[in-house]
Amino acid sequence: MPVRWFSEARPYEIRWHGRGGQGAVTAAKTLAQAAHLNGYRGATASPSFGAERRGAPVSASTRISPEPILVVSQIEAPDVVVVLDQTLLRDSDVISGLRNGGWLVVNSAQTPGQLGIEGEFNVATADATGICRELGLIVSGLIVVNTAMLGAIARVSELVELASIDEVIRNRFSNRSAELNLAAVEKTYRTTVIERRP
Amino acid sequence: MIDGNRAAALGAKLSRVQVVAAYPITPQTPVTEALSEFVERGELQAQYVNVESEHSALAVCSSASLVGARTFTATSSHGLAYMHEMLHWVAGTRLPVVLACVNRAIGAPWNVLNDQQDSMSQRDTGWIQMYARNNQEILDLVIQAYSIAEKACLPVMVCYDGYVLSHTEMPVGVPSQDAVDRFLPPYKPHTILDPGSPRNYNLVTLANPRVNAEGVLCHGYMEIRYLLQEAMEKSKETIADVGREFSDLFGRSYVKLLWEDRMQDAEIAIVAMGSLAMEATVAADALRRDGLRVGVIGLRVFRPFPGRDVAGALGRCRLVVVFDKSISYGNEGATCTEIKAALYGSGANTAVHNFIVGLGGRDVKARELADAVKKTLSLVEGGALNNESAEWICEI
Amino acid sequence: MGTRDCGHICGESSPGIGEAGKTGEWRDSRPVIDEDRCTPARKNKPACFLCWLYCPEAVMSKTIPVRIDMEYCKGCGICAQVCPVHAIAMIEEGRFTA
Repeated sequence: MPVRWFSEARPYEIRWHGRGGQGAVTAAKTLAQAAHLNGYRGATASPSFGAERRGAPVSASTRISPEPILVVSQIEAPDVVVVLDQTLLRDSDVISGLRNGGWLVVNSAQTPGQLGIEGEFNVATADATGICRELGLIVSGLIVVNTAMLGAIARVSELVELASIDEVIRNRFSNRSAELNLAAVEKTYRTTVIERRP
Repeated sequence: MIDGNRAAALGAKLSRVQVVAAYPITPQTPVTEALSEFVERGELQAQYVNVESEHSALAVCSSASLVGARTFTATSSHGLAYMHEMLHWVAGTRLPVVLACVNRAIGAPWNVLNDQQDSMSQRDTGWIQMYARNNQEILDLVIQAYSIAEKACLPVMVCYDGYVLSHTEMPVGVPSQDAVDRFLPPYKPHTILDPGSPRNYNLVTLANPRVNAEGVLCHGYMEIRYLLQEAMEKSKETIADVGREFSDLFGRSYVKLLWEDRMQDAEIAIVAMGSLAMEATVAADALRRDGLRVGVIGLRVFRPFPGRDVAGALGRCRLVVVFDKSISYGNEGATCTEIKAALYGSGANTAVHNFIVGLGGRDVKARELADAVKKTLSLVEGGALNNESAEWICEI
Repeated sequence: MGTRDCGHICGESSPGIGEAGKTGEWRDSRPVIDEDRCTPARKNKPACFLCWLYCPEAVMSKTIPVRIDMEYCKGCGICAQVCPVHAIAMIEEGRFTA
């Protein structure tokens, strides 16, 4: 069952920013699948369209709605912006269009206040890199933070239950890998630091 | 939750295709990857033929179809352009090949993103062309395509927007193999190459009919072409029948060749094809909130063109706004031309205006569609609508 | 009566003599065999028959002596080209009386 009340006749929109290889697209898909399992009839997930290169800034999007989604154009005014790599915050395009009252969720060891980002939106930080390093979630030398960040999204958006995310992860990964990812989601969910702005 | 490419591949698998030949090209590549995996894992009893080009891919499908196999290929953009010659051969031989066209812009300049110029440029090759609005329709239309193709003896192109659908995941109901088997019996070819009863296909056919060695008067070139056109016209009924059968079995409605949203009381209609037709419903929502009676027509089938259905649906409107993701250079968007032709002589007094949008992946937002409709409406009401050329939504 | 009754929906034919019409009318020169040179005729043995093998119209017989079906021979000259003993000459049609 949906846990978040939709007040407007439009989908809830999440835009992901990361670097090629960090798994922004996979995370966008995982969240949409979890939402669909959670009872939302509308859920879509797209990569940014075109060629992608390892290390280059990439984006992806997730839309979630109680009703089937008819919009296929790109997201302009996201409810949530998720940043998998803090260095991307130097680019102002990352938070462009973020709704007033929305959420900026950053993978960072700093607190929201330390990020120094101005805006009429709430900010949350989660040290996904630290958590994943500790758990040994490393593939080809890269710390894989994408699934961990789902814990932070679940926490701030109150949109998707952790149990649904767990189910998608169990379907997607082999046993050991699933356990690690689940642990990362759980820990990130608990340790996400939140700063609500009035 | 699957993306459009997977929907197409699953559609082909559920249709129990026997021969797949395709050459990878962005954004179609995941279709070929999925199908080769199905074959490799033994989930699909088919031959996957590796080829060196799209021209050869369709040549393989053509030959395989002629010996009685159900065949599938998929391509995009330049790949479809490279198939151009073979598209004519397959249609002329009346082979029920099904092709998924993942709509992508065509060069020059280079671009890998979505518009519909590739398939629209193949309009006159004798293929049935269907355009999916979403991933569910991609899967459903591929399965229906085999039934239509094999009944009508015509090849079918199932077109869907690159990236916008091909790379976007959305919920899709996947029917069971049993249900699809009930809907789609094994392929029974109309003609077959068989060593036991040798035949020649596509011999040199001269202008006039000829008497063959058995004394039978056989077609000249023109009679064979007439039969192709006749089959295309008749296929409208086949497409509707197959759609009805599919709707009955699977509970998703494909009864008409076009898809209508709130047309019952509409004074203004938006016409679009593919995913744009879905986005247009969101524009219609906004316009309805402003008190305008707006409906949407999505052209599911572009060839054969459902002219009578279009005239019936649009005849009561005072304004029709057509959005094209392709352009017939020197004229206007090809669907707009068709809409005008369908309305001509139907007695309707409808203003028709054309916008060219979304070329080379330019994002098209529902808001822009709504604004374009409002702008056109104010021109119509001021008596100032210039209908001579299509308007482009771009920044020139 | 139109062509619809042939029942075909695309261009097709069954192999048969004369399926493509009386192609002998196309000929502007005619193969003529010199039996003093032609291997099967000279040796009275079923040998060689390369003209029979290569003829695209199947108008050469595999007999002794070799016969040519002039109703369908197009006069392409392949037989004259492949004959290893140069037994076949292509003679202009104008030199034959009807």
